Amino acid sequence: MSKLICNQEKVNESIIEELIKVCPFHAIENKNGKIEVNSGCKMCMLCVKNGPSGVMEFVEEEVAAIDKSLWKGIGVYVDHLEGEIHPVTMELIGKAKELAAVVGFPVYCVFIGHNITHKAEELLYYGVDEVFVYDNEELKDFRVEPYTAAFEDFVAKVKPSSLLVGATTIGRSLAPRVATRFKTGLTADCTKLEMKENTDLVQIRPAFGGNIMAQIICPNTRPQMATVRYKVMNAPEKSCNQSGKITICEIDKSKLTSKIEVLKVTKKEAEESISDAEVIIAVGRALKTEKDMEMVKELAGLLGARIAGTRPLIESGFIGAKQQIGLSGRTVKPKLIITLGISGAVQFTAGMNGSEQIFAINTDPHASIFNIAHYGMVGDIYEIVPKLIEDIKSFGAEACIM
Amino acid sequence: MEILVCVKQVPGTTKVEVDPVTGVLKRDGVDSKMNPYDLYALETALRLKEKHGGTIKVISMGPPQAAEVIREAYMMGADEGALITDRKFAGADVLATSYTISQGVRKLGSFDLILCGKQTTDGDTAQVGPAMAENLNIPHIANVLSIIEMKEKSIVVEMDMASTVEIVEVQFPCLLTVEKGIFQPRLPSYRKKLITKDREVKMITLKDFDDKNEKNYGLNGSPTQVERIFPPDANSDRETWTGTGEQLGHKMASKLKTLKFI
Repeated sequence: MSKLICNQEKVNESIIEELIKVCPFHAIENKNGKIEVNSGCKMCMLCVKNGPSGVMEFVEEEVAAIDKSLWKGIGVYVDHLEGEIHPVTMELIGKAKELAAVVGFPVYCVFIGHNITHKAEELLYYGVDEVFVYDNEELKDFRVEPYTAAFEDFVAKVKPSSLLVGATTIGRSLAPRVATRFKTGLTADCTKLEMKENTDLVQIRPAFGGNIMAQIICPNTRPQMATVRYKVMNAPEKSCNQSGKITICEIDKSKLTSKIEVLKVTKKEAEESISDAEVIIAVGRALKTEKDMEMVKELAGLLGARIAGTRPLIESGFIGAKQQIGLSGRTVKPKLIITLGISGAVQFTAGMNGSEQIFAINTDPHASIFNIAHYGMVGDIYEIVPKLIEDIKSFGAEACIM
Repeated sequence: MEILVCVKQVPGTTKVEVDPVTGVLKRDGVDSKMNPYDLYALETALRLKEKHGGTIKVISMGPPQAAEVIREAYMMGADEGALITDRKFAGADVLATSYTISQGVRKLGSFDLILCGKQTTDGDTAQVGPAMAENLNIPHIANVLSIIEMKEKSIVVEMDMASTVEIVEVQFPCLLTVEKGIFQPRLPSYRKKLITKDREVKMITLKDFDDKNEKNYGLNGSPTQVERIFPPDANSDRETWTGTGEQLGHKMASKLKTLKFI
């Protein structure tokens, strides 16, 4: 048992006061000249590190070490809907390969579903060593109990040291159940992962709304589990040749029972509103004629973006009123916004300055849009945009690598 | 119908900073509130009770002052509430937290339906609900968009998946995590505040649990360890590029590719 203890003999009124100030959680109280730690304590140890020396002490007890050499390999959960593999899976394979290289581990995939065996072939182009497939009728739709059972079977059989799961709707639901079943650690939404020589996975994630980064390890249990959001890691290049193998796993049907029945599945309709668009191209006065909207539309199509604009552009009738950004329009907070020929008046920027990445093109180097843009390009949209479109198209045509 | 709602007290603001020199958390005051996502879970419980009858109990885990969120739940219409609080629970991660709450749940009685918000605004993991369901050995549905039908032994709900919406039926007992927007949460009522001002908030500590082994709770029961906390890289650098249209077009395309928009 590890414990936080207080050496009361070193305590006096001024020391108590100092400690109360050090604790950010108001967990240290003055009880008649003695220190009392209440249940607000989060074991952050700041009282030990930053308090008066020797008063608060953390007594650590050695925990019986587990044999880490029994757990090998890095497993990736194949996220999919009816066999359509979610691209976060390839990104996790890419990261798993990097991590595995540090300690000489193989990379595994676990693919759970129905009528998916042929789809597993696709994964072999990305350099995984072995894909474990659970292909059963009971696993047709995502139902958490049978999926957890199949995942459990994989972990028990293969004993992977680390498991990476996409932080998708399914991953967020499934990973906590698997982690709890194995009484092991799970770190959500990691933004960075590293491997130590001793096979401990270093997991870094934002905490407290992204104001702090926390570095987390799971030193005494296996498997170590982490979820990662889509578009955080890099997918490996697709190879022209397959490598690795597919292993079909049998599981006892009695383990695949569920108290959940899926009655109906409806495909979502494409979202129309600019308010929840992830990528937006915003156009301003610099656009000369309505015909030039074709160029904007082409770029939007390539980036999966929605088109929005400033008030003057709405007034010119090039785009609809619902597409207006700004104080008299909508507020947007996309992952990416590209502004084309917008000077950046506050009436406009108030509606978009919370965007994660702002790219701006404007001919005037003193335009105020450059004060908020992460990447500002001083130039003419009629010269830059066609080049940009050309480049994006050529990226798409890239072939697999030999 | 026995309904349990899990709520958490969270800081009133997410503006927490770390002193880059000392690594100390800078917290502004003691301002705290009920996790906003939990309001939707509580509202769902209240609507179900209005239509189908039953009792609503509320459970939370935290320092003694977290009893405030139980009181707030009373003001909205919850019938009973308990706070799991013990210094021995300090430093709990997802595994230890979910285990602790499920021990507390067992002490409160048996439930047909457990409702949670989809995540908290401070921890932000969305993992404790599903992990609790695993500890209690019951099925769960995450990201519930709406309640379609309540039956005697099951509930039919609409579940949000990335590209589909699924209608699923799940048997009781079960746990649901609800999306914000499932119902508009009501405001606490002043009348209810007066009625419930003397209502007890039950305090549950480790010695009330079936499993009293300290090693399963708090820091000792947590497989994950925080090695260090540090401020994120400042990402406020702004770049302005000049050049010919061709150069800028190329530069922009490769930047968009690095940032994974292409």
